[in-house]
Amino acid sequence: MRPALAEALDALPALAQSHLLLSGSAVAIGVILGLPLAIWSARSRRVRGPVLGLAGLIQTVPALALLALFYPALLILGRASGLAIPALGFLPALIALSLYALLPILRNGVAALQGIDAAVLEAADGVGMTRRQRLTMIELPLGAPVILAGIRTAAVWTIGAATLATTVGQPSLGDLIFSGLQTENWVRVLTGCAAAAGLAIAVDGLLALVESGLKRRSRRRIRLGLTALLAALALAAMPLSRGGGDGEAIVIGAKNFSEQYILASAIERRLRRAGYRTERRDNLGSTVAYQALAAGDIHVYVDYSGTLWTNVLQRGDTLAPGAMRAELAADLRERDGVLLLGALGFENAYALAMRRERAEALGIRTLDDLRRAAPRLSLGADLEFLTRPEWRSVQARYRLRFADQRSYSPTFMYRAVAGGGADVITAFSSDGRIASLDLVTLADPRRALPSYDAVLLAAPGTDARIIAALRPLIGAISVERMRQANLMVDRDTDKRTPAEAARWLDP
Amino acid sequence: MTAFLDIAGLTKRHGGRAALDAVGLSVAAGEFVALVGPSGSGKTTLLKSINRLVEPDEGSVRLGGLDVRDVPLAAHRHGIGYVIQSIGLFPHMTVAENIGIVPMLMGQEAADRTAELLELVALPAEMAARFPCELSGGQAQRVGVARALAARPKLMLMDEPFGALDPVTRDTLGRAYRDLHERLGLTTLMVTHDIAEALLLADRVVALIDGRIRADAAPAELLSSDDADVRAMVDVPRRQAQRLAAL
Repeated sequence: MRPALAEALDALPALAQSHLLLSGSAVAIGVILGLPLAIWSARSRRVRGPVLGLAGLIQTVPALALLALFYPALLILGRASGLAIPALGFLPALIALSLYALLPILRNGVAALQGIDAAVLEAADGVGMTRRQRLTMIELPLGAPVILAGIRTAAVWTIGAATLATTVGQPSLGDLIFSGLQTENWVRVLTGCAAAAGLAIAVDGLLALVESGLKRRSRRRIRLGLTALLAALALAAMPLSRGGGDGEAIVIGAKNFSEQYILASAIERRLRRAGYRTERRDNLGSTVAYQALAAGDIHVYVDYSGTLWTNVLQRGDTLAPGAMRAELAADLRERDGVLLLGALGFENAYALAMRRERAEALGIRTLDDLRRAAPRLSLGADLEFLTRPEWRSVQARYRLRFADQRSYSPTFMYRAVAGGGADVITAFSSDGRIASLDLVTLADPRRALPSYDAVLLAAPGTDARIIAALRPLIGAISVERMRQANLMVDRDTDKRTPAEAARWLDP
Repeated sequence: MTAFLDIAGLTKRHGGRAALDAVGLSVAAGEFVALVGPSGSGKTTLLKSINRLVEPDEGSVRLGGLDVRDVPLAAHRHGIGYVIQSIGLFPHMTVAENIGIVPMLMGQEAADRTAELLELVALPAEMAARFPCELSGGQAQRVGVARALAARPKLMLMDEPFGALDPVTRDTLGRAYRDLHERLGLTTLMVTHDIAEALLLADRVVALIDGRIRADAAPAELLSSDDADVRAMVDVPRRQAQRLAAL
């Protein structure tokens, strides 16, 4: 079996399990909240308007944004209340997905109850049923098929949307899809998609069985469907033995690009060798990753000095790399208790890059040269750069104005510059594709961009034995080796997985 | 002797309009009373005030000497048979379950009277296992009547019970019900817009127009009412009968 497939399949059971547990819990909460709300809404016009309006409004927020919103919301709530509310992982994902599941359950619930023949309701009142008897003996049984159709819709949506939970640090089948997309590992992407689709189809099928049981008044079908669903949920809630040591797992964070996956794998290998159990939280946003570390939701990850300097400390000045690291370490420790364990030995700086032939044809070597040509050129940036302080700093010093600027995920950004869709891109200096695509990075004589030494960060109060286990990584990775490792994962042919690249990088 | 059903000063307003305007009516046990009148005259509102599907704004309804507001709502309705034009059988229950619903709600022991009740409404016993969607309109309303009779009510309220049926079925069912009324010693209030049906089935016909009782008489007397509007109503079937006879 190909290593990419073997690795994806190896990760699959645990991811499918937490995916099912997350989406199952979300749909269950959606039903528990949605049904009473639907009953209330069906009876009162004054309740119905606001409730359906609000549920509809929630649905218009893209699922990805809804998930991302709950991270800062829970963080603020935790700080304000003084309670230990986990802002990363299961809880924010559960809340967002439950809200998402609410609309179809509510809408169908209201439609089911309102759609019941008025004569039947009049007869129910006429024979002397109480409201509760009318609800349980008449309205719910008659509305059940439509209510269940709503639950089916909610289940399918939720299982799909749960793939996005990976962005708030909740393991799900989205881990395979997101990391696969970043590294163009299509085996991983397809494994994740197929598993999520399979799960959705299976759950939908079981709910359809229950629905047909209700229609045909077949208790056997209802019981069979419900038993299978409950068994699946129970299976998802059972702890899966992951091997390795005992005790609480060390949670390793990673942002959403190949180098981060490789370094997280390298850290994971070191910790496992030292006997620790580990968990991964991949695909975190830049600011989410640091806040999660400061809050103790993740325990260790790699960030870059310039990013921390400008985004976390909000500094606009530029210092020499060593001085900057020293000040960074002191400030982060004082402010958040975060430990900067040291630099890994290479830099991954933002650098504006162009294809060599194009740069030479236009006579561009530095950002000053670029300023003159920019109005005729297009800029391809990664998803973050145009909103980062570094870009403001570059604009302030060089007054760059491009004919067109677009954001791409890193993989597609390199494709764009290679294919001519973008003239200038915001490359990363450790990226193996700079050499393989024959790009040149433009000099920054006015020092608009700070240095971006890769640094290893650990959460406040991290155990000294863990730090000791990671110490060998400090200063051990040269930029050439990092580029080579990145290229192994990013290139189109003979691709390796991040775990394989990590084995090569830190044997 | 106090009346079995005694309605006094009953008023119900919808917006500014009075659907019922100080209606008073006394019905003795065993009477069969038809309520007639044009659409919107308040017939159905009056009927529903009795089993409290409508709460009147003023006035009182006394049944068997008790004000209906003093009796628990569910128990009050369990004691009244209610039959409506749209029938309202519970589609997810069998005929037997539909018929047995009131005794079940009352928590009565499951002495199975399904066969007896089906026989009462002239339906074969094997109907018991069918679902409402498998019945014809006439069969369904027979089941509706059986459901209303299941808990042995003293009072039957019927709101255009045979209005949606074809003429032949309607005639058969009307006469069959009149027999049941006699045999079971029921007291019946039946709303109908069919004057001929009212005149032929009831002991007493009450005409409501614009929320007021304009006539209250035995069928034969109603034919010679002084009220022009009432006369106009009862003249319709009479003229039809004359024209039919002249064919």
